[in-house]
Amino acid sequence: MVPTNYYIILSAILFGIGVFAFIFKRNIITIFMSIELMLNAVNLAFVAFSQALGKPDGQVFVLFVIVVAAAEAAVGLGIIILIARNRQTLNVERVDLLKL
Amino acid sequence: MLEYLWIVPLLPLLGSAINGLLGAKWPHKIVNWVALGSTGLSFLCALEAVREFSESGQALFHKEFFTWITAGNFRAGFDLQMDQLTVVMVLVVTGVGWLIHIYATGYMAHEGGYYRFFSYLNLFMFFMLILVLAANYVLLFVGWEGVGLASYLLIGFYFLKKSASDAGKKAFIVNRIGDFGFMLGTFLLFRTFHTLDFKALFDQAAPMQGDALGHLGMFTIACLLLFMGACGKSAQLPLYVWLPDAMEGPTPVSALIHAATMVTAGVYVVARSHILFRHAPTAMVVVAIVGCATAFFAATIGLVQTDIKKVLAYSTVSQLGYMFLACGVGAFSAGIFHLMTHAFFKALLFLAAGSVIHAMGGEQDMNRMGGLGKMIRWTYGTMLVATFAIAGIPIFAGFFSKDAILFAAFQSEHGGRVLYVFALLTALLTSFYMFRLIFLTFAGKPRFDGHKVHVHESPWSMLGPLVVLAVLSTVGGWFAVPAFFHGPDYFASFLAPVFGGGEAAVAAGEAAIHEMELVLAGVAVVTALIGLGIASWLYLKRPEKADGLAKSLAPAYRTLLNKYYVDELYATVIVKPLLWISTNVLWKIADVAAIDGAVNGIADGATGIGDLVRRTQSGNTRSYAVWVVIGALVVITVIFFWPGAGKPVLGWVR
Repeated sequence: MVPTNYYIILSAILFGIGVFAFIFKRNIITIFMSIELMLNAVNLAFVAFSQALGKPDGQVFVLFVIVVAAAEAAVGLGIIILIARNRQTLNVERVDLLKL
Repeated sequence: MLEYLWIVPLLPLLGSAINGLLGAKWPHKIVNWVALGSTGLSFLCALEAVREFSESGQALFHKEFFTWITAGNFRAGFDLQMDQLTVVMVLVVTGVGWLIHIYATGYMAHEGGYYRFFSYLNLFMFFMLILVLAANYVLLFVGWEGVGLASYLLIGFYFLKKSASDAGKKAFIVNRIGDFGFMLGTFLLFRTFHTLDFKALFDQAAPMQGDALGHLGMFTIACLLLFMGACGKSAQLPLYVWLPDAMEGPTPVSALIHAATMVTAGVYVVARSHILFRHAPTAMVVVAIVGCATAFFAATIGLVQTDIKKVLAYSTVSQLGYMFLACGVGAFSAGIFHLMTHAFFKALLFLAAGSVIHAMGGEQDMNRMGGLGKMIRWTYGTMLVATFAIAGIPIFAGFFSKDAILFAAFQSEHGGRVLYVFALLTALLTSFYMFRLIFLTFAGKPRFDGHKVHVHESPWSMLGPLVVLAVLSTVGGWFAVPAFFHGPDYFASFLAPVFGGGEAAVAAGEAAIHEMELVLAGVAVVTALIGLGIASWLYLKRPEKADGLAKSLAPAYRTLLNKYYVDELYATVIVKPLLWISTNVLWKIADVAAIDGAVNGIADGATGIGDLVRRTQSGNTRSYAVWVVIGALVVITVIFFWPGAGKPVLGWVR
């Protein structure tokens, strides 16, 4: 049986990659993907702890997260398509109309 | 009426409020009705109260109307009292006050701010009545400060004139110094006796052991502090400087406030606290010496003044000195007697001087008068009566009261002869400068341009009060007449329930003392006549001699003309250093650098921090994300790596 540590470390690495990409990438699609990556890193941690503690609560949470992530993906991708149509760019630094 | 004693002070307050709030648009007639009606009614109420009081035969009427302040065992109530001393004061204040109100309707008829003037004047009457009717030191202090306020407002009545507003401020500030002492004195009394009610306090103090002469006990300190307040209010050395300047106010104000009533408040307080003063012989000696010195000092300045009102102002300071001298040698009833006669003849002098100024169209310099005697006969006659009274010519009021004071000074134990000699010299000077005033003003040839100045007698609203006061200045002293014929001094016996029987006994005393009193009275009369003689020789017979004398004694003359340079001395020693400290320390360092610096520093700091923090709010979403990550890392670090990690830090994380 794989020790819980390993899952947690893997989860942390995935989360770190997600954060890194979220901050440093400009392409809005990549940023969106990095958010998904972070969500899934958290999911992994949930499942690992659920397994370790022998309680199903964590796995229930994961289902909720997946549902929310699916909804988010639908809305988010819709917004991205609209941005791409209206601005002819996917670079977040140029989508700054709300900035003062 | 006695049960409703509060009506007496309330009426002038109502008059003041009505005129002050509504009078601006009213014609003079209605303002007159309100002002004269309220004070006149107040006078009648006071008369009725006095009648009831004397019929009831009680020694002291005391009534608590309502409680004003309570704190622990301290109670200050709106309590009024009436005894013989109050009777004299109340009748003088309301009676003379009313006459001066009548006079003022004529004098102020052509002045602006008519309603304002009468509102202030009534306000003064209210506070003065509170002062003399009060049954404790706290309420007395209310009246004390109130008359100071009214005095300030009325001195600065012509506030557009710089000298008038300055004089008002000077009076207020100099009085503040005295009030400081007065308050300290009452604090000390409260600490000792745990009450400030006159009756309770004096009942406690009376059986106590007094301080020995030269010993600074509680009584002495308290009395000296109270006397400091009296010095401010009654213009004694060294705080007299405000009174001559107070002549900037309209003349009726000078007559009412700065001659007849308010300035005698200090004498009243000393007389009211006579039980305390009797326990403090040192304080008594100080009072006598200060009074005597002031009397002499002010009289010398009065010798050379040329402004008619200034002469009278210094004469007031001098006469107040007499009153304090009387109190200081233990002759309180003589002091109050002089207070009363002085109220009559000095009010008359000021009002007559006002009539002269009115006749001359505002001229106050005696060098530009002369020969007015034939043109304004009524003014001349009444002023002459007042001059006889103040100079101490027999049958006029001032003679009896001044004689009583001189006699008391002569008999006093501590340095009586020196005090007597100076008091007698003062009487000589008084007689001289008063007749000098009369001769310069009314006798000789006119020294003004008859075509420019239209000399005219004043209206009867002004002359009426003059005549009444002239009668009072004559008969006001006759209470003491029997004392010269081995009878009782009615005035002293009347006040005996307040001041104790000792003085009346002396006044009615043995034949030998009587002989001496007659001799002293004779000396005083001769002194007064000498003063008259010198004045008439210098200003009637040989007018050129006066200038010659001034030239040959030039340094002394200049010193007197400049009032001993006291104002200049105070300016250099007190005002300038204070001004320097205020400007350079309090203003430029304490205010600008410290207080403003702190306030502005805090404001600048807030701006600076805001400027720094503003940069984090860039509007760039990803930079916010960086902050979120940094924050999360900090939280994680704190939870897991802080010393003591592993224990519950936030309560639920392990």
